[in-house]
Amino acid sequence: MREQGRSTPTPGQTVGPFFHYALPYDDGPRLAPPGAAGTIRLHGTVYDGAGAPVPDALLEIRQADAAGRIPRTEGSLRRDGRFTGWGRAATDAAGRYAFTTVEPAPTRDGAAAYFAVTVFARGLLDRVFTRIYIPGPALDGDPLLTALPEERRGTLVAMRDSNGGLRHDIRLQGDGETVFLTFPGHDG
Amino acid sequence: MWPMTPATQRSISDEIAQLHAAAEPGETRTRLDFAPYRSSTLRHPTKQPLAVDPEEVELAAPVFGQSDVDPIEADLTLHPQGEPIGERMVVTGRVLDADGRPVRGQLVEIWQANAAGRYVHKRDQHPAPLDPHFHGAGRCLTDDEGRYRFTTVKPGPYPWRNHDNAWRPAHIHFSLFGREFTQRLVTQMYFPGDPLFPLDPIFQSITDEQARRRLIATYDHDVTTHEWATGYSWDIVLTGSHATPMEEDDHA
Repeated sequence: MREQGRSTPTPGQTVGPFFHYALPYDDGPRLAPPGAAGTIRLHGTVYDGAGAPVPDALLEIRQADAAGRIPRTEGSLRRDGRFTGWGRAATDAAGRYAFTTVEPAPTRDGAAAYFAVTVFARGLLDRVFTRIYIPGPALDGDPLLTALPEERRGTLVAMRDSNGGLRHDIRLQGDGETVFLTFPGHDG
Repeated sequence: MWPMTPATQRSISDEIAQLHAAAEPGETRTRLDFAPYRSSTLRHPTKQPLAVDPEEVELAAPVFGQSDVDPIEADLTLHPQGEPIGERMVVTGRVLDADGRPVRGQLVEIWQANAAGRYVHKRDQHPAPLDPHFHGAGRCLTDDEGRYRFTTVKPGPYPWRNHDNAWRPAHIHFSLFGREFTQRLVTQMYFPGDPLFPLDPIFQSITDEQARRRLIATYDHDVTTHEWATGYSWDIVLTGSHATPMEEDDHA
């Protein structure tokens, strides 16, 4: 449904196969300096509906900092030590992505913390949105997760890896298909 | 699954026509499931997306500024060793939200093939010449009216492997941000009158003709400059933002 006086949004189109020389950049996946205190790796693999890795996907994340504040500071392209709460990573030949960042804290008391995520890929005709939740007891009260059938909830929750980092795979289609999100005003 | 022999343009066009005939009028969003674009077959989600209200982090777009982008990045024809071959052109327009408000000071990124239809990308195998003076990627920040402006050369159409004798209409890829994370858009801008439009399954994945037209720039003689460059105008409308104007002022 369209509210009165609103223009229809410009439709999206696939990011295509040739974005690598334009969109990814060295500091894109490094929101925080590797090896610094409090930094973690957020990593995983993007899969297609046949279970094959997607080597030409691009992920973007938006997040709060370790105190639950959402940075509104420039510098994501030329970081110069600034934590901006936004990053971009292309998948490699094996479909893997990795960010170095800080673990976001909840933005409100008792809320669940998560990374907001946009996924682009060759073959994906428009961007899709999802979330990657930090595992923990706060998830039990999250309105989005509790609204989902149990078997789909896990597709939005990262797993703690042996190094204290977070592992999270994205499945565009098929068994274990990731829950993707739509926001008000997105249905043309 | 990929057929043993690639489909013909005729059969792809038939598939497009059938999907369009069955579509609801006024379906203005791009379809994720559009089989004539073969690569979409295994890469589109099959379940309905979950409708949610954005929370704080989704209401905050990333912020970019002067320290991120050099103004010369908006001129794709600048090269230390010489000028690129092709039709020099300016493409400009405004980034607006669905309420018509300009998106100010926000990042716009573009990338494109050169005038011969070749990308500077190791996986582009099209046997057309690379241009040593053209890289094909640019960035700028929108001004206070939401306006972006790039100087570049007109990209050529190029063949791809979706089906036999498949050609993409000439286009420039655009990457856009709004005020909110939810407004993120990546799309492609096309040129008026391209004869390849009806044949292209990516362009035709938008089933509504009016909606498709929103991706086509307008030749604009007021943007064309005397003895220098042709001009095209193209405005981009992002999805509506969810924050109230008062909240936005706080973040301005």
